[in-house]
This record gives sequence, structure tokens and C-alpha cells, in this order.
Amino acid sequence: MNKMRPQQMGIALISGILFGLGLGLSQMIDRERVLGFLDVAGTWDPTLLFVLGGAVSVSVVTFRFILRQQQPFFGVTFTLPTRQKIDLPLLGGAVIFGVGWGISGYCPGPGIVGLMLGTWNPVLFLISLAAGMLAYQGYLNLTSSKG
Amino acid sequence: MAEFDWLPALMGGLLIGSSSAILLAFNGRIAGISGIFSGALGWAPDRSWRWVFLVGMLLGGAFYEYGLSSQSTPSSVFSPWAMVVGGFLVGFGTRLGNGCTSGHGVCGLGRLSVRSLMAVVTFLSTAMITVFVMRHVL
Repeated sequence: MNKMRPQQMGIALISGILFGLGLGLSQMIDRERVLGFLDVAGTWDPTLLFVLGGAVSVSVVTFRFILRQQQPFFGVTFTLPTRQKIDLPLLGGAVIFGVGWGISGYCPGPGIVGLMLGTWNPVLFLISLAAGMLAYQGYLNLTSSKG
Repeated sequence: MAEFDWLPALMGGLLIGSSSAILLAFNGRIAGISGIFSGALGWAPDRSWRWVFLVGMLLGGAFYEYGLSSQSTPSSVFSPWAMVVGGFLVGFGTRLGNGCTSGHGVCGLGRLSVRSLMAVVTFLSTAMITVFVMRHVL
């Protein structure tokens, strides 16, 4: 599975381009838009609702058909999350993410595509994003060596 | 700030949804950006396609910003502390909770996952409370 075929690389590239184009077109790389959506007590900006609504309407309809297939067109298996439980890591992680999203106005996608604007905010955000992920790996190693 | 325009927002959302449908249908992978990014940094054996996807995201963003768009995206106020603190929390939180707006939002809701729905409700409301506190309380 580790050896990726060229056609799978092509799909990764096309999919990435569409994702970046979508984030640009929908203005999600403008963090003021995102903060405007999150600021329910200010002049509320509904943009993000239309973006998420548009994206989910496509995924809900298409995923039904895709996941009925035996396997993906260019792969052996579907790699899907297996966990079902609503547990503390899920909700705790969502709370921490939400606070960080509210503070910065960036979630990972717009943070990455925002690099193209050539300003410092996304650069700092991404370095710190990587540091937070590294810290989580450290936390994992610490807890797993104890247990 | 520019006025709200629902059409590009909806079109952008449809593109993002199509992107996730293509990645799942052809490669069998979930288009979750926090997972793709952290895997690309070295915590996954299959790093190469993740980097290709990330480069694609940058190309798509550049194509919009410097090709399609008639006006450039306004640059936001430089806020280093918000980036450093916010970025760290987003990084830690998305790994602990296994996903962000794309993985839990677009893909998880697309799979009708209750786990993802709970995550989306939690991070959206927490982010709204955070912005409320920062803008209207502090």
C-alpha cells in the first residue's frame, strides 16, 4: 500500500487543487470572514454556512454511492475511521481546536492555502500548528509509556 | 469588509465537496486536512501523496488569487500572538479529536457519522464562545 501508483498521485494533485480553489473562491482564506461567522453577537457573516452546506451536500450524496463500491477505483481498500465512541479525547480535542480556531480565525485548510497571500499570519499559524501536533505526539508517547 | 455574497461561497463549498468525493472514490482516502498535514510531517508511512495534495492546495489557491479573482483577498491585521497560540491549540486539538472542519465537517458529516457530528457541534460552539469572549467581554 505504501507504493503509490502515478494515477493515485494524479488524483491527490487534482483533489488538492479543487480543495484550494474552493477555499479561495469561498473567501475562507480571509480570516475576517471566518471570524465574522463565528462572531454571532456582531455583524454576522453567513459565508461559512454556505461553504460548509455546499460541501456537505456534495459529500452526503456522493459518499453513499462511493462507499457502496467494493474498493476505490485506484486503490485496494477504503481507509476510513473505525472509532464510533463519543469519548473524552474527541470532545476535549474539539474544544481545544474550537478555542484555537476562535483565537486565530484559521482552521488547518485555510491556514495552508492562506500561505499564497504572502503575508506573515499563515506562516506563523502553520509553524505553531506543526508544533501543536508535535506536542500531541509527545503527550501520546508519555501516556502510552505509563499505561 | 466586503459584502456577503452567497454564490461564490456555495460554489467554493461545492468544489471542496467534489474534492473530497474524488479523493474517496479513486484513492479511498478521507480529505481531512489536519490528518493529511500531520501525516505529511512524518507521522505516516505514506507521506508522498499527502505532500502532493498539499502542493495541489497551494496551486489551487494561487490559481484563484492570481488568476480567477478580480480583486485580491484583503490581508488581515498582523496578529502574531493569535497565530502562535491559536495555531498550537488547533494543532493539538485536531490530533486529540482526530479531525478538523474538513475531516469531521465535510467528510464525517458526509458519512453520517454521529461522532463527527458531535465534534462539529462542539468545535463550532466553542469557537463562537471564544470569539464572543474576545470581542465582547475582554
